Amino acid sequence: MTPSIQAVDLTKRFGSFTALDHLNLKVDGAKCVGFLGPNGAGKTTTLKMFTDLIFPTAGEAFINGVSVQKDRKRALADCGDLIETPEIYPSLTPLEALELSGALRGMRPEEIRSRSSVVLGEVKMSEWARQKVGRFSKGMKQRVNIAASLLSDPEVVILDEPSTGLDPRGMAEVRNIVRGLKKENRLIFMSSHILSEVVDVCDEVALIDHGKLLFYDTLSNVSKRLTGNATSVELSFLAPIGDDAVSGQVASIPGVASVTRLDARRLKAMITGGNEGQAQVLERLASARLGLVSFEPSQSALEELYLQEISRGD
Amino acid sequence: MSTAAPTASGRRDGSTLGAVPGTVEQALLLSRYQFRDYLRSRRFVLMLSIVAVIGGILSFILAYYHGTATVSGLTSTSDAFYGSLWGGGVYVVIIFAGIIFGGDAIAGEFQNKTGYFLMGLPIRRATVYGGKFLAALGASIVAMVFYLVILVVNGIVYLGAGFFPLALVESFAIALLYLLALLGAVFLFSSMFKNSLYAVLVVAILFLFGFTLIEDLIVALVKIEPWFIIDYARPTIAYPFLSTLPPHVTTVTTMGPRGGSTTSTVYNPTYPEGLAIMAGYFILTAIGGLYFFEREEFT
Repeated sequence: MTPSIQAVDLTKRFGSFTALDHLNLKVDGAKCVGFLGPNGAGKTTTLKMFTDLIFPTAGEAFINGVSVQKDRKRALADCGDLIETPEIYPSLTPLEALELSGALRGMRPEEIRSRSSVVLGEVKMSEWARQKVGRFSKGMKQRVNIAASLLSDPEVVILDEPSTGLDPRGMAEVRNIVRGLKKENRLIFMSSHILSEVVDVCDEVALIDHGKLLFYDTLSNVSKRLTGNATSVELSFLAPIGDDAVSGQVASIPGVASVTRLDARRLKAMITGGNEGQAQVLERLASARLGLVSFEPSQSALEELYLQEISRGD
Repeated sequence: MSTAAPTASGRRDGSTLGAVPGTVEQALLLSRYQFRDYLRSRRFVLMLSIVAVIGGILSFILAYYHGTATVSGLTSTSDAFYGSLWGGGVYVVIIFAGIIFGGDAIAGEFQNKTGYFLMGLPIRRATVYGGKFLAALGASIVAMVFYLVILVVNGIVYLGAGFFPLALVESFAIALLYLLALLGAVFLFSSMFKNSLYAVLVVAILFLFGFTLIEDLIVALVKIEPWFIIDYARPTIAYPFLSTLPPHVTTVTTMGPRGGSTTSTVYNPTYPEGLAIMAGYFILTAIGGLYFFEREEFT
């Protein structure tokens, strides 16, 4: 199977600084992959080489089996991308910018018109479609850029921290847009340094730091790596909970593998048995009348693995 | 899901993908949108204002000094009129147009980040370069035509409607070649700098007085023909209006007050030489500019 995107020994050096160190990564299939790493890890450098904005010192990047470095035009033909926050010619309107983007991709005028209306609707920019981009805020421009990257309904979408620079509402909307992009034949490869964003929208995650790939796996496998088959759940109580209650009424519930105190009112429990196991434990906790106010699956598995791997690198 | 990589028309899910247009078609498409951007921008208004001011001053001088010996010489024949005002003046319009439309054409793609929008598309860098060059060329031609219209109106006033020399067409074509050479050089500098201000400053300094100064120094000190300076070719624009071309080399000996003498040499390009310098500048700077743009990274 030809991978949708592939990095082969991809290396980038800026003078003596190695931004990316022999990255080998192969991603295929319809899914959303989070490309995670701290600031300066090499995420944007990688994506810029996938879109030919910068050139590798060594190695090659492929999209749909075509080398970006050897034939950028063919490689990017079915790829929508958004790297950093591009500026659109200020005197153009979103419709004209999409018209330019679509025409350069070879879309027919009627196809451009209908798709423009769809993608501008998706990014909630329909009412601004005929206003000049030069008057837009950064967030609005980013929405138009997202629309442009989706215009041709590409099979591969590369997004570089798409919610950067947006207000909380804008960030939530972008996450919804990305979630909505998932479809049968599309790969979304999205860089981010926001763990909750990756957990929220991605199926798989690749972690990079100091230019090296630390791991690439599904989110569920990431969780299993740390917890075996157990699910990590955070419990919050109305009042401080004593050690006796923890050992006698929480740790003893069938399905609870272990309990760790986070603070006086919060515990972290590892629960086996999947969703059914969680449901049973929740029922037992509720009936124990311990003042439970929240029971939420912890998203810290990725965070723990992230910190563990990053600190190992340091 | 099929395992085949998508071609120009086929995708993994069996749907069709429009063929990406060829290089020339993409360049023309891009130039159209870039030209539209120029037409709507303040820089276009600025350029037309500059031409209007130049044309206004010329018109005022012609009207104010009409009947004096100097202006009578200018308005005596159409060749004298257009040779002086078009052949000897259009280069100012061309230089301003080059600076205004070309100075940041490539540097701006890096500095303003518009390049991130364009370069993520399936388009070659050479195509982007060509498209932007064509747009700058088109916008500059509009400025040249505006200047010409101002002169023709004045020509009709002072010479009559029937005096439209064919030499003007030839001179316009040479001015276009000079514009190509200048834009080539401007795009070269614009490709070399990622900062628009540096690009515009270097181009403005070089073309407004830098090259003239270098040319004068070369002739005075090194005493060789400055055939490698674009400025040297500039008088060729006025050649179609001249019945006799100036001598290629003139040596002038000046007697000093104490009996000593100074010899100086004045060079004028021959007609083919002037055209060759402009064409050479265009070709070399276009290749050089493209070379830099192909290698510049969007870091």
